[in-house]
Amino acid sequence: MADTYTQLVNSGPGRNLARKLGLPQPAVLRRYQPGQPLVTGPVVVLGDTPGADKLAAELLSWNLDVRRHAVPAEKLGAIIMVLDEVGHPTDLEKPVLAAAGSLRDLRAGGRVITLSRPASEASTPEAAAARQGVDGLLRSLAKELRAGATGNGVVLAGDTTAISPSTLGAVRFFLSGRSAFVDGQFLTVSSEDGSLPADPEQPLAGKVAVVTGAARGIGAQIARTLHRDGATLILVDIPAAGDQLAAVANEVRGTTLQVDITGAHAGQRIIDHAVQRHGRLDIVVHNAGVTRDKLLANMDPARWNSVININIAAQLRINEALLASEHFRVSPRIVSVASTSGIAGNRGQTNYAASKGGVMGMVRATAPLMAPLGGTINAVAPGFIETEMTARIPFAVREVARRLNSLQQGGLPADVAETIAFLASDAAGGINGEVLRVCGQNLVGA
Amino acid sequence: MSTEGQSISAGGSARPAVPVPRRAVIVGGNRIPFARAGGAYAKSSNQDMLTAALDGLIARFGLQDERIGQVAAGAVLKHSRDFNLTREAVLGSALSAETPVYDLQQACATGLETVVGLANKIKLGQIDSAIAGGVDSASDAPVVVSEGLRDAILDLHRAKTLPQRLQILSRLRPKDLAPVAPGTAEPRTGLTMGEHQALTTAQWKITREAQDELALNSHRNLAAAYDAGFFDDLMTPYRGLTRDANMRADTSLEKLASLKPVFGRSLGADATMTAGNSTPLTDGASTVLLASDEWADARDLPKLAAVVDAEAAAVDFVHGKDGLLMAPVFAVPRLLARQNLTLADFDYFEIHEAFAATVLSTLAAWEDDEFCRTRLGLDSALGSIDRSRLNVNGSSLAAGHPFAATGGRIVGTLAKMLHAKAASTGRPARGLVSVCAAGGQGVVAILESL
Repeated sequence: MADTYTQLVNSGPGRNLARKLGLPQPAVLRRYQPGQPLVTGPVVVLGDTPGADKLAAELLSWNLDVRRHAVPAEKLGAIIMVLDEVGHPTDLEKPVLAAAGSLRDLRAGGRVITLSRPASEASTPEAAAARQGVDGLLRSLAKELRAGATGNGVVLAGDTTAISPSTLGAVRFFLSGRSAFVDGQFLTVSSEDGSLPADPEQPLAGKVAVVTGAARGIGAQIARTLHRDGATLILVDIPAAGDQLAAVANEVRGTTLQVDITGAHAGQRIIDHAVQRHGRLDIVVHNAGVTRDKLLANMDPARWNSVININIAAQLRINEALLASEHFRVSPRIVSVASTSGIAGNRGQTNYAASKGGVMGMVRATAPLMAPLGGTINAVAPGFIETEMTARIPFAVREVARRLNSLQQGGLPADVAETIAFLASDAAGGINGEVLRVCGQNLVGA
Repeated sequence: MSTEGQSISAGGSARPAVPVPRRAVIVGGNRIPFARAGGAYAKSSNQDMLTAALDGLIARFGLQDERIGQVAAGAVLKHSRDFNLTREAVLGSALSAETPVYDLQQACATGLETVVGLANKIKLGQIDSAIAGGVDSASDAPVVVSEGLRDAILDLHRAKTLPQRLQILSRLRPKDLAPVAPGTAEPRTGLTMGEHQALTTAQWKITREAQDELALNSHRNLAAAYDAGFFDDLMTPYRGLTRDANMRADTSLEKLASLKPVFGRSLGADATMTAGNSTPLTDGASTVLLASDEWADARDLPKLAAVVDAEAAAVDFVHGKDGLLMAPVFAVPRLLARQNLTLADFDYFEIHEAFAATVLSTLAAWEDDEFCRTRLGLDSALGSIDRSRLNVNGSSLAAGHPFAATGGRIVGTLAKMLHAKAASTGRPARGLVSVCAAGGQGVVAILESL
């Protein structure tokens, strides 16, 4: 549900008033619902490389309305710029200006997606400049988009192409309403692993997933989203949260496991439960986390240690057990919840930011350990999300915080959950060691 | 039956145990923390609490929309509106609405009797799965109108004319309008359970010190079990409670010794039963999931223990022949004889602590040569039990005793202990459950690890 202000400025009189006063005009975002079309209109694929041709052909096979050139005045659902062979900054001109001519035709909730290669892998300064240029281009463009439209980029690392399984998975994710609050971000595809689901509405069918901290808030929503996508759920939370946990479990037809994740044997207990009840374990979502805010000058050991233990030390210990287990060897997935606080920092959150920065470090360093198993580990970094926790922020501070992004609103727990569900899916098999922000392109920490 | 006592071969237990068609296994249990009456659950009904305990069990084992073979539960303090208490709880739970249900009421043995009855149905192949349970609220107890008022209301219904109605109303006196609070007094003796036990306590010369020590152990054992995370998979919090509210982890013999006796006041200085060594009025609910091997295996559910056998007994407390709560003293030897077992064959004993003195009187009776010969028809004393095997994770003195919920609490706890014991020793473990009940009744059962 959109916040009150967003509802107001999307009503007739409210819209006029906001426009006249020059107030922010957040749009009601296009969020995924099963059965919904992937995009809101035709998709223009710009670029004249073989990669562009192949991607266009692939999108056609998804029964999308694909254009290789924009038709004047035709309303569009998405613009995809395939920039996979730019060798010099001047190579950007043709596809970028072609996109420019179509931007005004982008429908509400439209999408702009770039495909490019990492500057770090460029063999010449010219190519590196062109590739890095895409970064600045996309991030700026995303800030110009209106009406809930977003811009995101897929980076093709190594030998991956415009039609590698996870390139297609990422393109599909960015086109869809699942990525509603992901804006101005790049996602790197680093291997040919992964596959698109047989049924796009049940991408997690047959998977057994564990969600920690599932009793409420974002964790409970992650459970609902994974369940909707076909996964069988094991819901973990501390014993004291057992009643809320049971309610979520009975809603998503999962099982509860009341265990303190900071316990020495938590990882083994999670594995044992999964193996006994389901004979397998495919996905672990490290969502459990706490905040114990205090300026560092006033920090005490209890506040510091509980945040470090719960938010990162527990994840490290559980991952160790998972990596050692013979039951977590078939394309396993780990997805951790980080935070933009861990990227940009946040006053009063030294402990929290240290733990969430730690999550990102852990994800990057664990990725090579997961790769030989055909597995992946990634993190999402939520920005301002409308939760019980952020609802307690004083009104004025909250109102400013939720508008400080390109979409001019806070995200919903569902937005975080959708991104996690994508990273946990087979379609993201070639995406490993990444941190994807779900922040509406927050102005801090970019 | 002999004229003096209850022979172990009497009362329908004459035949040796017959092989049963198949096993009934305990998959696991779930209860809500027990609250002291008037505490956290003061505004919760029996139906609320039983539904919460069921929903926690369903969530733990993934039973959503499952059509369970049968669910049986009950309450001792029961509103007349709760004539279908368990069915209403099931309809409010995440189970399939097509799950059949029955209510059972056997005073404090209600919970254990639901386990026994449902296990028997599973053994006979009548059902493949079952949930046994019980609930009680001493806070939300039914308050009844006086007999005079009740009579008048019923007569008013039948009256046809105004003069008749006025005549009926004129019968009412102010005292008829006072509500009648529920009591736990025995209808045939007028004595409360505590007063009855006080007589037994004095008869068996159970000391104050021994009672306080048993109470202290109950609190310490329960607190240690919580600290070890023992209840993490046996309990779902409810209304802000995460542990039994009655538990006093920091109590001591000194504190217990400082309490004044509350029962057996007629005994004067010899009175020994205090609020510390008696169970308080308590609110709570418990459930146990039972199944056939096939049903549990098909769902990859754990199997903690089997329900081996059970025995009920009753004593003539009305004429003072035996103590009100001494029926298990008679039930256990009959059960042991049928199963060819002795007290030495058990790894754990769960003897419900209605009062510390109940447990101690029971043990004293079994250790008494004369009593066992004359009243139980044995050759000599039944024997002593290893006290380190008694109520090792606490019992009713610490946890509290919501009457019908105690059986489920004990069975869930014991099944988990037996399973862990067998896993650590590599050999089967056996446990004995004993629950005394109002009306001079008692139910006992044997569980064996899987």
